[in-house]
Amino acid sequence: MQPVEERLRRLMIEALAGDEKSYRQLLSDVGDRVRAYYSRRMGPGHASTEDLVQETLLAVHTRRFTYDSDRPFTAWLHAIARYKLIDHLRASRAHLSVPIDDMNDLISADDSEATGARHDVEKLLGDLPEQTRGFIRAVKIDGRSIAEVSAASGASESAVKVAIHRGLKLLARRMKGNDAP
Amino acid sequence: MTTTPDLIDSLATGLKPAPRGFVSRRLGLGIGAGVVLTIAAATLFALGLRPDLPTAFTSPPFWIKFAFTGLLMLAGLVAVWRLARPEGKVSRSMWAGIVGVLLAMSALAAVQLANAPVADYRALIMGKTAAICPWLIMLLSLPILAGALWAMRSMAPTHPTLAGASVGLAAGASAAFIYAFSCDESAMPFVLIWYGLGMAVPTLVGALLGRYLLRW
Repeated sequence: MQPVEERLRRLMIEALAGDEKSYRQLLSDVGDRVRAYYSRRMGPGHASTEDLVQETLLAVHTRRFTYDSDRPFTAWLHAIARYKLIDHLRASRAHLSVPIDDMNDLISADDSEATGARHDVEKLLGDLPEQTRGFIRAVKIDGRSIAEVSAASGASESAVKVAIHRGLKLLARRMKGNDAP
Repeated sequence: MTTTPDLIDSLATGLKPAPRGFVSRRLGLGIGAGVVLTIAAATLFALGLRPDLPTAFTSPPFWIKFAFTGLLMLAGLVAVWRLARPEGKVSRSMWAGIVGVLLAMSALAAVQLANAPVADYRALIMGKTAAICPWLIMLLSLPILAGALWAMRSMAPTHPTLAGASVGLAAGASAAFIYAFSCDESAMPFVLIWYGLGMAVPTLVGALLGRYLLRW
């Protein structure tokens, strides 16, 4: 907790003195933290999360002079993030219950869960034949069309489809912990 | 819709140093301007200073009136300064202080009533000016209330209702303090009830206004 507080506080003090680079760094760090905070409160991928993140960044900007550099920055930020969340919930007339003791979520927040999931996918893909892996990555992860991939690889469209289908089935079996083909 | 990186870019580009001590300067300006207007208004209403001011200086009720209003004014101002910042809270000791002042004043009033013949109750409670005292305090509080709310609107209170109530208490108690220079009532029950009412109404008005005006 301390290193985060120390770093953010230093960036904030530099930003208040007019340092644009520190401010950019601070805002992007703060953005990531409040995004994780709101995701946890409202469920991941909620449509309003990014709106709230932006509103909070705006609030941090317009009210930045209310930060007292003798006091913890994370407490200041948490109070703003919580206020914006309550305001949002009130506006959407949702049930209102925002914990007051969840400051640590803001301090420890990162996207390690999502990162972990990405690592798992890469690991699983690594076990597939190279061509199949390439097809799956192009179509399922990068979102290209079967036709594009077919044209790029020289394989027919149906061959691409079949390879992807088989590859995914294999992955599904692996994930269930059943390695036998 | 703007993306978040674009937003950050637009906020950071051309960043200027934040003015130092802005919170205190802005609050001081708003409240100070209100106090000046209130004193001007008190003069305009021809309230003037109480005629017995020189002799009153030596009497305890004179000082008790200033202590009662002054301490509540102080509590209101401290709360305003705290609640102007997002993480600011009204501490338990401050609540205790406010309750303590009210209890002490009630005790003084009770003691005075207990030691007086029933025939004097009306004079002790209603004085000569009960009908106008609270109204004058409320009127006098308006400029301070307006100035303080104006200043508070550029702050970041996360408890708008409470912040509004603090603004109202600071305004009401300041107005009562100023009014005490003109008012020659000295009975404790009178001060408790009518000064109390004169301060309570602006506090409630402040809380109501804060709920709507201090959102950001």
